[in-house]
Amino acid sequence: MKKNLKYNALWLLFAVVIYGLIYLLYFTGVITPFTEYTLIMIGINIILALGLNLIIGFAGQFSLGHAGFMAIGAYSASILSIKFPTMGGFFLGILVGMVIAGIIALVVGLPTLRLKGDYLAIATLGISEIIRIVIINMGTLTNGPAGLFGIPPMVNWPLIFGFVAVVSLVIINYIRSGAGRATQAIREDEIAAESMGVNTTKYKVIAFIIGAVTASVAGALYASYIQTITPKDFGFMKSIDILIIVVFGGIGSVSGTFVAAIVLGILNMLLQDAGALRMIIYALALIVIMIYKPGGLLGTWEFSMKGFVTRVNKKEETADVSTKREKSN
Amino acid sequence: MDGQLLVQQLVNGLFLGSIYALLALGYTMVYGIIKLINFAHGEIYMIGGFLGYFFINHLKLGFFPALILAMAGAAIVGVLIELLAYRPLRKSTRIAALITAIGVSFLLQNSMIYFFGPDKRSFPQAIKHVSYNFGFIQVSNIQLLILATAVILMIVLQLIIKKTKMGKAMRAVSVDADAAQLMGINVNRTISFTFALGSALAAAAGILIGLYYNSIDPMMGVVPGLKSFVAAVLGGIGIIPGAALGGFVIGLLETFTIAIGFSEYKDALVYALLIVILLIRPAGILGKNLKEKV
Repeated sequence: MKKNLKYNALWLLFAVVIYGLIYLLYFTGVITPFTEYTLIMIGINIILALGLNLIIGFAGQFSLGHAGFMAIGAYSASILSIKFPTMGGFFLGILVGMVIAGIIALVVGLPTLRLKGDYLAIATLGISEIIRIVIINMGTLTNGPAGLFGIPPMVNWPLIFGFVAVVSLVIINYIRSGAGRATQAIREDEIAAESMGVNTTKYKVIAFIIGAVTASVAGALYASYIQTITPKDFGFMKSIDILIIVVFGGIGSVSGTFVAAIVLGILNMLLQDAGALRMIIYALALIVIMIYKPGGLLGTWEFSMKGFVTRVNKKEETADVSTKREKSN
Repeated sequence: MDGQLLVQQLVNGLFLGSIYALLALGYTMVYGIIKLINFAHGEIYMIGGFLGYFFINHLKLGFFPALILAMAGAAIVGVLIELLAYRPLRKSTRIAALITAIGVSFLLQNSMIYFFGPDKRSFPQAIKHVSYNFGFIQVSNIQLLILATAVILMIVLQLIIKKTKMGKAMRAVSVDADAAQLMGINVNRTISFTFALGSALAAAAGILIGLYYNSIDPMMGVVPGLKSFVAAVLGGIGIIPGAALGGFVIGLLETFTIAIGFSEYKDALVYALLIVILLIRPAGILGKNLKEKV
């Protein structure tokens, strides 16, 4: 514990520096309302992709239903914050969304996670579509296919920053905990893990629930920032968008998810006039990456503060040694 | 009145079901032979529709020549997709192959949007619409054409698989690709042939639906693609008669839901059925009775 204290402090410092940097960018007027959209979307996409990466990259279960859980969060936060247009109402909405998403993930996950690979993908895709169709048909509560508008804007960038930090902390710590190791064992070899006494169903369902809950949080933030939502926003395409981030970053790499979300966010901003052409490029990239690097661009590589520090120290040491040598010479 | 409406909707379901059946056949053949859910299959159906549109509208061909040319065109597209995207991934994980398939589907949709625009276009009326009254049931000539074409194509497919050398090779590869290769079967060529067959059927479905609904657009393949995949799973994926059966069941179920007044939930019911089938009987309706897979 004590050993890691230094590195945890460094991570905290890192987060504060990034926060300060963004603050500076705002202060100097580099971030306009237009670029702010990109910044906030990057944050939301990081949360979404981290959750999906936990399911796909660490538990090895292929889910195509992330957008459905996002819709749950978006709608519960919107409905409650329209009723109670305060910060409290918004947070209550987030909480309600998390609970509903968690329960649905549990109920749905228990039976469907028995399915393997591609069958699971189709089943989760079906669930996400069912959630969407139910939302469309909930009458005045969700306002049908027209969706909700006039959602009170409660979200600003420090709030998103805080959520990204908390979600990453939770997911990284989960991955490194005993339960996380068991989850990764399932990914490597389900039968071997089971024979070593890992309760495979339990850990698969837990990963699925964590992914669903974080997606719900991201959905709530999205709804409050955009202020209008329609069921169409949470279709199959949204799930694919998140999948693209996970695949580009590396299936099973948290650092990769961050890098991919940021790079794709900026690319989206630059290429936003390209429309369909942008999607053609992404689709081609998806195919080429799968053919030449099926683990994603960064694979399972992780940026480690510890490794970074030791490397820097080593460099200093060698530099010291060389200067000493020069002196002695 | 109600009973009459119900029967009419069930008859409509039969025609819709034959479209799903045509699509489901492609899914089931590809899955049977390389264990891949070909997500791009719905897009082949869309491309078939667009090819038909092009042949009828711009080359002024009749309906049947256009149908055959579109089927041939789509078969080439299917073979190319397999060659460029799926063949390099033959030995990789199932998830990698599935992501690639999603990528291909995405690529085809957006290429069509980029080059031809996202709007719906009306399909030329190559055959004049005539309605027949059979007692209290109304059937149009286009519906009969759909059913007849679907049934003929299914019979032809069955003959190809049962009677020809290539069909025998397909069955052999789906049972054990390595053993088939040892027996001198060209596995790659067999897989290409399977894609060609499946894509041709999908293109036929695309043209028929264009003629029936009178409109086509680049995103038209997504929902029918998913539904016919459900049909393939329902009938027992990898089993050809199962796919046809599944297609008809899904078509009937859908129109039945509309008939009893739950039209908003018709898609949800199909997905729910899929999940139930996967949980209760993952092998599908015909899964146990027929061991033969193609």
